[in-house]
Amino acid sequence: MSEYLSVLIFAVTGAAIVLFTFFISKLIRPHNPYPEKGVTYECAEDAIGDSWIRFNPRFYIFALIFVIFDVEVIFLFPWAVAFGELGLFALVEMVIFILILFFGLFYAWKKGVLKWV
Amino acid sequence: MLEIIIIGTLKVIAVVVVVLTCCAYSTLLERKVLAYMQHRLGPIYAGPWGLMQPIADGIKLMFKEDIVPDRSERLMFMLAPIVSFIPALLVFAVVPFSSDFSMFGYEIKGVLSDLNIGVLYIFAITSLSVYGLVLAGWSSGSKYSLLGGIRSSAQMISYELSYGLSIVGVILFANTLSMTEIVNQQASFWDMFIFRQPLAFLLFLTCGIAETNRLPFDLPECESELAAGYHTEYSSMRFATFFVAEYGYMLAVSSVATTLFLGGWQGPFLPPVIWFLIKVFGFMFFYIWLRATFPRFRYDQLMAFGWKVLFPLALANTMGTALWVLLTDSVN
Amino acid sequence: MNLDTVIFIVSAVVAVFGATMMIAQRNPVASVLYLILSLVAQAVCYVQLSALFLGAILVVVYAGAIMVLFLFVIMLLNLRGSEDLGQPPKALSRFTKYTIGILMTLELVFIIKGAPLKAMATGLIGKAPDGFGSVEQVARLMFTDYLYPFELTGVLLLIAVVGAVVVAKSRKPGDPEETQTEETAGTNTNEAGS
Repeated sequence: MSEYLSVLIFAVTGAAIVLFTFFISKLIRPHNPYPEKGVTYECAEDAIGDSWIRFNPRFYIFALIFVIFDVEVIFLFPWAVAFGELGLFALVEMVIFILILFFGLFYAWKKGVLKWV
Repeated sequence: MLEIIIIGTLKVIAVVVVVLTCCAYSTLLERKVLAYMQHRLGPIYAGPWGLMQPIADGIKLMFKEDIVPDRSERLMFMLAPIVSFIPALLVFAVVPFSSDFSMFGYEIKGVLSDLNIGVLYIFAITSLSVYGLVLAGWSSGSKYSLLGGIRSSAQMISYELSYGLSIVGVILFANTLSMTEIVNQQASFWDMFIFRQPLAFLLFLTCGIAETNRLPFDLPECESELAAGYHTEYSSMRFATFFVAEYGYMLAVSSVATTLFLGGWQGPFLPPVIWFLIKVFGFMFFYIWLRATFPRFRYDQLMAFGWKVLFPLALANTMGTALWVLLTDSVN
Repeated sequence: MNLDTVIFIVSAVVAVFGATMMIAQRNPVASVLYLILSLVAQAVCYVQLSALFLGAILVVVYAGAIMVLFLFVIMLLNLRGSEDLGQPPKALSRFTKYTIGILMTLELVFIIKGAPLKAMATGLIGKAPDGFGSVEQVARLMFTDYLYPFELTGVLLLIAVVGAVVVAKSRKPGDPEETQTEETAGTNTNEAGS
């Protein structure tokens, strides 16, 4: 358990160091905001319209497909660890599992969802 | 118990300091190598060969005003650099940087924490690294930043699959998830997993470059069209933190690649730590070399490459490796 | 009080805090962030129960993948907390809401009452056997005893892929909705990679 404890200490130390540099910087840097400084950067032009533009829904589809295949990849980890003792049987099982999912990928592919136009 | 905690804390601080120093000097390495590849000199004024340049940069950035744009989501804007930095750092918790050694009469392990799910831990941390960039992009209130953030997240998740699958190839041989154990299995030169898993190595390297948003996959921050993408609006120490985080990710991917494929700290004659650093900075040099050589991908090419080439290839490699392991096992 | 208890209490408090803040936020992106915080804290709890693989899965799949999907949906719909939440809920839906809420609270109370809290706090519960919850053990179970559920998971995921594709394809390029999106995005849609 002490192994996991040092990971926690590590994370806390990292965050503390970043916050510490922020703090030091806050003490020594100038603070002089005026309206022009707070303007959104858009090549020195006034920003047009809302900054939170609608973007391509295709990003969403990719995220959806990613979630599904991420589950597949995470199942492969325990399979790979125990593969030495499980042997041929596990390979057949995994090939079936992957073929099922690969069929899904192939379907998405053929339907043109993976195409980015 | 107290003794263990004190030693552990000291070790943690040492690793954090070394990682941050390596990040700082990676920036110098990048500028120097790029400069020489383009027949320039690079930084020369701060110290001999510009060796003090990272420190000078750091001090300069500390003295800069921290500008928070009016249209940004303030709190998240301020939080994003930290969210981006922590996962980059956390990877180093499980990377074995040396063999076990003794110092001041204490036996000290050459790794911060030898988790028995080390590889899975790295995969988990990598999957969290997306948020820093998305948050920065979303909270900035700038179109460039938003586009950069969204692009980077879609790119990172697309390449994460092949990244994980290329690691599975190594685990099939190693039969363990512990990083220390994986290094121990690569004791001699020909035992290095790069010789048993060459394709996985290439896949890992490619996906690693995409995960760290480096050229030729640096669409999230391409300066020519997105004006630095997700960190367009950042300044002062927050910008510096993003910079350190980016180099931290590069170092993290390099050290994971070193551990999984090149035998980690294993090597003749020189001390283990030196071998580890040599290998890691070899990867860093390769990164910079790529940047000096290749133009940027187009976004549709990038996505197609990730989903239609790398992912099926990685799946095929995993299955092929499993078959190979099975056949060689039955022969023995 | 030993160190394990301290870590458990801290991570449990963080998990509950994150979950509470998640539903208390008006800004949906902040909600997602709090949910991630809560999930990571829960992963720490899992690791403490020596359910290592479950902890890792929680971070990789939930915090790392599904939350990205949530973020995309929120950013796609451009929700920023200033949205009009619409009509106040009808009486029937309010009734259902409160009934379910009360039932779940009751269930929670019974679970907590039944749990050996004292034993947990003092660490009297027996130690898990060696290798319990390890990745190897999970694998052995998953690929022997729970083989059919595992393969069925594959089929389920396949259905999910097909569903995603159908959703994606139901919006044809010439659809008015799509063109409207292009227009509101202005010239920047090209930047987004269309």
